[in-house]
Amino acid sequence: MNWLIAILQTILFVALSPLLAGWVKCCKCWLQNRKAPSIFQPYRDLLKLTYKQPVVSEQASWLFIKAPYVIFSATVLAATVVPLIAVDLPTSASADVIVMVGFFAFARFFLALAGLDIGTAFGGMGSSREMTISSLAEPAMLMAIFTLTMTASTTNLSLAIAHVLNEGLILRPSFVFALSALILVAVAETGRIPVDNPSTHLELTMIHEAMILEYSGRHLALIEWASQLKLMLYGVLIANIFFPWGIAQSFNPQDLAYGLMAIMAKLAVLAIVLAISETLVAKMRLFRVQEYLSFAYLLGLLGMLSHIILEASR
Amino acid sequence: MNIEQLDFYTQAILSMAALVGLTSFLMLGQGRLLRLIFVFALQGFLLTLTTALAAYSLDNPHLYISAVLTLVLKVIFIPWMLRRQVLHMNMHRDIEALKNNTFVMLGGASLMVFSYYVLHPVVQSSSAVMLNALAVSLSVMLLGMLLMISHRQAIAHVVGFMSIENGLFFAAIVATNGMPMVVELGVAFDVLVAAVLFGIFFLHIRTSIDTLDVDMLNRLHEVDK
Amino acid sequence: MIAAYLVLLIPLIGIVYFTLAGHKTDTGKLNIKFNGICLLATIWLAVNVLNQGRIISSNEAFLIDPFNVYLIVLTAFVGFTTSIFSSPYMAHEKEIGKLSDQRLKLYYSMFQGFMLAMYLVLTTNNMGIMWVAMEGATLATVLLVSLYRTPESIEAAWKYFILCGVGIAQALFGTILLYYAAVQIGDGENALLWSVLYENADKLNPEILEIAFVFLLIGYGTKIGLVPLHNWLPDAHSEGPTPMSAVLSGLLLNDALYAVVRNKMLVDGATGSNMAGFLMMGFGLLSFLVAAILLHRQKDIKRLFSYSSIEHMGLMTFAFGIGGPLATFAALLHMTVHSLTKSAIFVTVGHAAQLAGTQKIDQIRGLIKTQPRIGWGLLIGTIAIAGFPPFGVFTSEFLVLLATMHSYPWLAPLLLLDIGIAFAGLFRHIQPMVYGIPPKDQQAIKANLWPVIIHLALVLWLGLAIPDFLANWFSQATLLISGSTPL
Repeated sequence: MNWLIAILQTILFVALSPLLAGWVKCCKCWLQNRKAPSIFQPYRDLLKLTYKQPVVSEQASWLFIKAPYVIFSATVLAATVVPLIAVDLPTSASADVIVMVGFFAFARFFLALAGLDIGTAFGGMGSSREMTISSLAEPAMLMAIFTLTMTASTTNLSLAIAHVLNEGLILRPSFVFALSALILVAVAETGRIPVDNPSTHLELTMIHEAMILEYSGRHLALIEWASQLKLMLYGVLIANIFFPWGIAQSFNPQDLAYGLMAIMAKLAVLAIVLAISETLVAKMRLFRVQEYLSFAYLLGLLGMLSHIILEASR
Repeated sequence: MNIEQLDFYTQAILSMAALVGLTSFLMLGQGRLLRLIFVFALQGFLLTLTTALAAYSLDNPHLYISAVLTLVLKVIFIPWMLRRQVLHMNMHRDIEALKNNTFVMLGGASLMVFSYYVLHPVVQSSSAVMLNALAVSLSVMLLGMLLMISHRQAIAHVVGFMSIENGLFFAAIVATNGMPMVVELGVAFDVLVAAVLFGIFFLHIRTSIDTLDVDMLNRLHEVDK
Repeated sequence: MIAAYLVLLIPLIGIVYFTLAGHKTDTGKLNIKFNGICLLATIWLAVNVLNQGRIISSNEAFLIDPFNVYLIVLTAFVGFTTSIFSSPYMAHEKEIGKLSDQRLKLYYSMFQGFMLAMYLVLTTNNMGIMWVAMEGATLATVLLVSLYRTPESIEAAWKYFILCGVGIAQALFGTILLYYAAVQIGDGENALLWSVLYENADKLNPEILEIAFVFLLIGYGTKIGLVPLHNWLPDAHSEGPTPMSAVLSGLLLNDALYAVVRNKMLVDGATGSNMAGFLMMGFGLLSFLVAAILLHRQKDIKRLFSYSSIEHMGLMTFAFGIGGPLATFAALLHMTVHSLTKSAIFVTVGHAAQLAGTQKIDQIRGLIKTQPRIGWGLLIGTIAIAGFPPFGVFTSEFLVLLATMHSYPWLAPLLLLDIGIAFAGLFRHIQPMVYGIPPKDQQAIKANLWPVIIHLALVLWLGLAIPDFLANWFSQATLLISGSTPL
């Protein structure tokens, strides 16, 4: 039964992620006074790409072809670790948050390799930028997560969420910092404004798009889907760790349905916030990303320090 | 006592303390004078809020006076004065390139750890949880000094100086719910006079060396050359 | 008690008067009168205290005991003689066009402001007010340091302002910690009163007090000019008008040391160990050593003597740190003779600089030929400050040495060597200034050397024989600080 729900949850994750991407796009269009595409447009795009025949460069090695599958499955595996509608799942009991970060790193590694594989200028440039950013983002993210795990005394996500849930509403200084740090990291890692712009292919600024420039057809579909999944993963992580209310603690259908409603509502709100910030903020120069991420790291560090200094029990 | 068992006000005060610490870090990395002054005013505002919260939760009317004093001095008067100076001297477009910013930030974080370490025996001496914020207040002071070391503009030095005062004020609030009233008034008077004197000094420095970059104040040496 | 109020009231009236009517011509004379009346009031206060013992005002705001009353009289005395000196000095500065009427007005009102702050530091019973007054003293003098508005003087004033401001912030933090420790044992609003604190000293949490003392020592130590926090001191002394250097060196440093010693008394009472003393000894010795070495490399006459001030303050801090009746007695005596001698020297130096038209040591030559009184004044002052018998500085340094040999004999050779280094450092500069060949057009100036003569005569007297009532006075203060008397 538990496994069933775990699998169901993962399927939900994978199925819902294009919807979230569509919703973000809709919000942005509304905010910018444009006519919004349908909220289901990402599904249609993915479907269209799957039907098309992939074009692969002659120079491409096996790595180029295999990489999309590896990336997609690694991201899906990461998704199994994160509690979406219910805590206390066997999948999240078997792997903790560090494993999740590991899956992300794994996916990114292959993405960067694939970008380098064909030997075009843009691919290599994108890979190098992606690795620079992620090498700065990962410590910041871990710092934020450690703050959380120190409070809950566990690195297991579902236990940590249950801990926060049972404590009730508490104003914790460390959480304020960890939340801000995690949001900054999430923006950087999912390639949104101000770090990267997912909707342009401008040579000088693109990062993520540069790496996948050579992909087409179903390969591209998988990679796009994986990145949508990643966006949703970060959203769920932020929503469920810091605002876990509504998540199902037992497996009866009513609770699960309630949990699903709750997480969808939370993600919808987060997406609106993201859309607003993307509309208000301009993309920053690549060389300033370093400052941005060190600020995120600083926030994570301050979160940890304020946990130790301010929340020490007597 | 754990943080879960505290009432909401104490939690809020502790969170404010953390934010006050954050503003100190923000000032440390800020090269634009107007923004620096804005963050300084923000810090003062957070302090005012903290004091008012403490006054309300402890039912201590004397703290309201301190809160108003902070509001008037640190949020309104001093930022207004500094802002006017910056605009007057046409420096609001200058961006100071901060050297070794990363190291300064890391230094700041280590200062925070250091102040925690130094004050640990003091904090352990009582069961009052608000005392935890004492380490933050000391680090606000030390970060103010670091700000003065890492910036070159005289105005940034004044902001650092005043943020040291903020740290002191904060320490008095969390440790002892404010100093005795006469002392507090005396300190506020000193701060006011200092602020006015700084204003006079900007004028003097500007007229004598034609810049407010204190690196240019380099005529006197420990050992004459 | 009326005397104490009078002591505070007179400078207050002085500030108001000079701010409103400082443009009149006789301000210098009036300044002398204000300080003179104040001196009389302090003597009256001293007589009261010596007869009745400790006085606490009815609202517990002021505390006068033998320790601070002696400093009050010293402050008033040096203030008085300096004002005698400053009247013709400032008039001369105005004549040669260095100062305007407006600045002169500022000078006199701030002079009184500084005196008020000093009296408040000494008389107040409240630790917090003491801090406020100490900061007030900085604020009052900072515009005086930059009185000439040269780039150098503005730089010196800025350094003075920032360094002392930041430094003294540490002292306030220490005060807050101390207040916290005092509140722990009750008595909220009154917990910062010295009189209350001393009674409860043994109940205070020693661990907190130790931490607090470190902050207090760093804070007030900046004002004392302890190495490595001394950077502002030579600059502020050398760039301001000379009367300012005389009062800064003779009074401000003393009062900062007074604050540290007060706190040390308290901390010693609580911890029962000599931790505070060891810290003071360390800082004191370091200042003593570094300043003596730096004496050799100076090229500006006022900077030369400000390093000498650092050196002597270091010695006093060291002596107070040793604790014990003999060392404390010696430190009190040294405080007195140093204040008297150093302000006398600054007065002479001021005249010498006016005479030569510069403060550069290698351009001041042949003082004794052009104007023998100034030359002799400088020579005798330097002999006195270097610790030659029969002057009082010799007596006090000898006593410090004796106390060191008694408690820490292995430090004694170091002290002796250092006194030697300092002596050489002073004399290699002074000798050509006094005896060298004067420049051709050097002419005598109008100088009032009475303050110098009085001060040096007093120092000589203290060196030959300490009068009974003064010895008695010092031993009362020593009893208060160290718990027993040396006599």
